[in-house]
Amino acid sequence: MIELRAVTKRFRTGDGNVHTALENLNLTIDDGEFCAVVGPTGCGKSTTATLIAGLEQPSVGDVLVDGEPVHGIGARTGFVFQQDAVLPWRTVLDNVAAGPMFRGVRRARAHEQARDWLRRVGLTGFEQRYPHQLSGGMRKRVALAQSFINEPAVLLLDEPFSALDVQTRSIMSDELLALWQLTRPTVVFITHDLEEAIALADKVVVLSAGPGTVKAVYPIDLPRPRTVAEIRFDPHFLDLYQRIWDALRDEVRVAYARQTESLEAVR
Amino acid sequence: MTAQIQTKQTKQSKQAVVEAAGTNRGRQRRIGVYAARIAVFVVVFGGWQLCTQLKIVDEFFFGQPTKIVKQAITWFRDGTPYGSLWTQIGVTLEETVLGFVIGVVLGVVLGIALGRVPFLAAVFGPYIKIVNSIPRIVLGAILTVAFGLGLESKVLLVIVLVFFSVFFNAFQGAREVDRNLIANARILGASPGQVIRQVVLPSAFTWILASLHVSFGFALIGAIVGEYMGAQQGLGLLIAQSQNTFNPNGVFAAMFVIAIIALVAEGLIALLERRLLAWRPPTATGAADA
Repeated sequence: MIELRAVTKRFRTGDGNVHTALENLNLTIDDGEFCAVVGPTGCGKSTTATLIAGLEQPSVGDVLVDGEPVHGIGARTGFVFQQDAVLPWRTVLDNVAAGPMFRGVRRARAHEQARDWLRRVGLTGFEQRYPHQLSGGMRKRVALAQSFINEPAVLLLDEPFSALDVQTRSIMSDELLALWQLTRPTVVFITHDLEEAIALADKVVVLSAGPGTVKAVYPIDLPRPRTVAEIRFDPHFLDLYQRIWDALRDEVRVAYARQTESLEAVR
Repeated sequence: MTAQIQTKQTKQSKQAVVEAAGTNRGRQRRIGVYAARIAVFVVVFGGWQLCTQLKIVDEFFFGQPTKIVKQAITWFRDGTPYGSLWTQIGVTLEETVLGFVIGVVLGVVLGIALGRVPFLAAVFGPYIKIVNSIPRIVLGAILTVAFGLGLESKVLLVIVLVFFSVFFNAFQGAREVDRNLIANARILGASPGQVIRQVVLPSAFTWILASLHVSFGFALIGAIVGEYMGAQQGLGLLIAQSQNTFNPNGVFAAMFVIAIIALVAEGLIALLERRLLAWRPPTATGAADA
């Protein structure tokens, strides 16, 4: 179980000011739950993920995983980044085997596991390629296999598919769901795309425009297994979409107005 | 049916013609480049030879290509006043390579340490800038006095020259490592040492390898200048001795031997670079040399 209790996170900006990314945020995510976090640009979505991962510490409040406060990076945490974070000088096989090898598994055994996961993400035959020789979608598959091979109990995904084209995105979403069903980690999926959030998640959390705090939580009771490209035609999907969008719209407007304001101030 | 086959055939033959024209054009261009290269060689060295023979330029100061070649052949065949030419080359190479390796290792280790630890960078930054602003070649004079005419003084001068060029590149490379790569490796379970060895070092390699080209040149310069300032053997000594006996052909002959060494080393470093950076997309590595 992931718990964020009255979490506030402040950053010192380059010009000496203090920027508050999150303010008094409370959130609970159950074991094995697929939770999507949506919100307008700059509302602290990504910060939430880095706090749970232990890459950052909260300024105020507590972040707990399984009742234990998070200090540093947990051994059973996985993180898929928005940008490519696979090591460009390693082959696909060595990239996927990186996790076990960092953790002291012998090379032969790690490669064996990596081959297994590459098969699951449909990259058999690409073991010896370098990341730059793959398409964006294939690189994302490598990143997914790289995370899943460590069998994380908590998997954080920070806008993982936002750089992909629409078709590749829905294929990758389906594959993510299949992988999730296989090992059932607790997932926190950060996105700005409400459609993607509803199609994937058990629960959608809407954050308010920065400083971010939880505006509303919506349970998504669509049946599983789902096909991401098709579930959006489900009448119930549209219903949910409308309800959540009503909540999200105001925050997007506030965020947008603030952004244009600050841009005008710069001018 | 036959018409279809025919159009297909003509299409194919057309394509073949276009391709052939393409490779032809490429070959023509290449021949042109080589011809121009030879022309440049002939003009420069022919002009030099002609000018000295016609006494437009004084051979006493500028030497003469044919005599330079003769001098080189004499050295190769009969040896130099300090032993065979191969011994001189060996001595210079030993100093160069030894200093180069030590300088590179020191530069990489300290560059990455300062690049990754801001405290160290803040403390040592100004001192390194001060030392770097000294015209270091002058240190050769002190080193020769302090460490004598043997190997040590030259190797030290080479280290000083190589260190800074490698250090600044390694430092910059270590600072510019993609933060996502480090965060990802840490989450996957990498220890701080593993992050340095398996993320920071390979990432900084692009920068470090770029500096090796320049710093091997510096290493050769350091060894030659060190020998020139005082030595018992080596190509630098050969230059100094030729100068003292008013033999410009000797100076040039030694220079050409050094140039050949530098070219071979450059080739080897390029080979190393290609091997170590095989992971990079070809657009970044290729197109360097035709």
